[in-house]
Amino acid sequence: MIFATTPSQTVGPYFAIALPWPDGPNAVPDGTPGAIAITGIVYDGAGHPIPDHLIETWQADPDGRFADLYGYGEPSELPGFRGFARSGAEDGDGTFEIVTVKPGAVPAVGGAIQAPHIDVTVFARGMLNRCVTRIYFADEVEANAADPVLARVPADRRETLIAQPANGGYRFDIRLQGPAETVFFDI
Amino acid sequence: MSSEPATIYDPIVDTPGNYLREREDAHPPLDYPPYKSTALRHPKQPLVYLPHTITEITGPALGDVRVRSADDSNLLIQHEGEPIGERITVSGRVFDTEGKPIRDTLVEIWQANAAGRYLHRWDNWPAPLDPNFSGAGRTATDAEGRYRFLTIKPGPYPWGNHYNAWRPAHIHFSLMGRAFTQRLVTQMYFPGDPFFPYDPIFNSVSDPAARRRMISSFSIHATEPNWAAAYEFDIYLRGPAATPFEATH
Repeated sequence: MIFATTPSQTVGPYFAIALPWPDGPNAVPDGTPGAIAITGIVYDGAGHPIPDHLIETWQADPDGRFADLYGYGEPSELPGFRGFARSGAEDGDGTFEIVTVKPGAVPAVGGAIQAPHIDVTVFARGMLNRCVTRIYFADEVEANAADPVLARVPADRRETLIAQPANGGYRFDIRLQGPAETVFFDI
Repeated sequence: MSSEPATIYDPIVDTPGNYLREREDAHPPLDYPPYKSTALRHPKQPLVYLPHTITEITGPALGDVRVRSADDSNLLIQHEGEPIGERITVSGRVFDTEGKPIRDTLVEIWQANAAGRYLHRWDNWPAPLDPNFSGAGRTATDAEGRYRFLTIKPGPYPWGNHYNAWRPAHIHFSLMGRAFTQRLVTQMYFPGDPFFPYDPIFNSVSDPAARRRMISSFSIHATEPNWAAAYEFDIYLRGPAATPFEATH
């Protein structure tokens, strides 16, 4: 028998009383060698930053291993690697920042290789369900060109998934609507 | 002659271990005009199919590490005094769609106080704050997928969506599951709430049976005798796809 899922509802405007953690933005502990910040702004359809958004990310470590304990592949050996980050604040100004390491390539089925990427969830008041996108990296031109997921994205929209180098880390803005609307995925 | 059905060659399929693809009406639409804030906050371009790769079928194991103590699940004892309101337990189990319990997974909740006011700087509705109530809790499910909170019943409250708009009383739930694909944020409602017919957020779920899955049930058996009423709320997250190679897209 297959049971039906519980439906999604919006996080609403007041999630910040519960969901942000002091170390939420840290996919790796502070001081991890090679740690970088990925920052950005989440914009609504009027081009305004969304102050009450919550971003969550999930990724592999530089060796392509996950901090997953459920038995898929070799777990990460990077000390303190969580691979999961959550950014959201009660006095949010529309920006987010996560502290992480750049992930390595990970496999897809059939021997294909996925370019380094980070899965992203966007929650906000006014969103009845999450939106899912992916961060890829501008300095991975060859790997991106061979990535099987990017290949599914219309060529003229792929750029919205590419984080650009900035301040020693990367910049990745998210636009829910508009001419440069970020690509979101059906997961 | 081959008996294989004709298929369009697709080199990218879901990785074995992939999750069920859900019916379109399993969740509310992102574009839902009765809830006005959706207007500028929903993608207008079609979503791109994301195969479930290893990134999507894995997830963080946060259950034990995020819960600081057993007190995290008791919202009645987070301050000097007791909060005002109707004491309740909220308990249930977290399952996947095959009915298997999801163990050691993080469950986070947040809610208004008995007067319908959140302890949030942006909540300016003139109902009293309760100095003994913060309205946030967290716990991890046990080996059978069970969770349990002690709290007070939240009040309904008005909001600015339309003239005289009210939210039915609800508790927000955040669930990590065990894979990125299973992540869910929802709201738990209380049986028989008179505001149901008027709330666009509740009614954004089009299927009446699906709406009912967001409503807790009162249980006399789960009460704390002479102490707290009890509501039960089971949560179902996506489970494994029927077969690893089922073509559903």
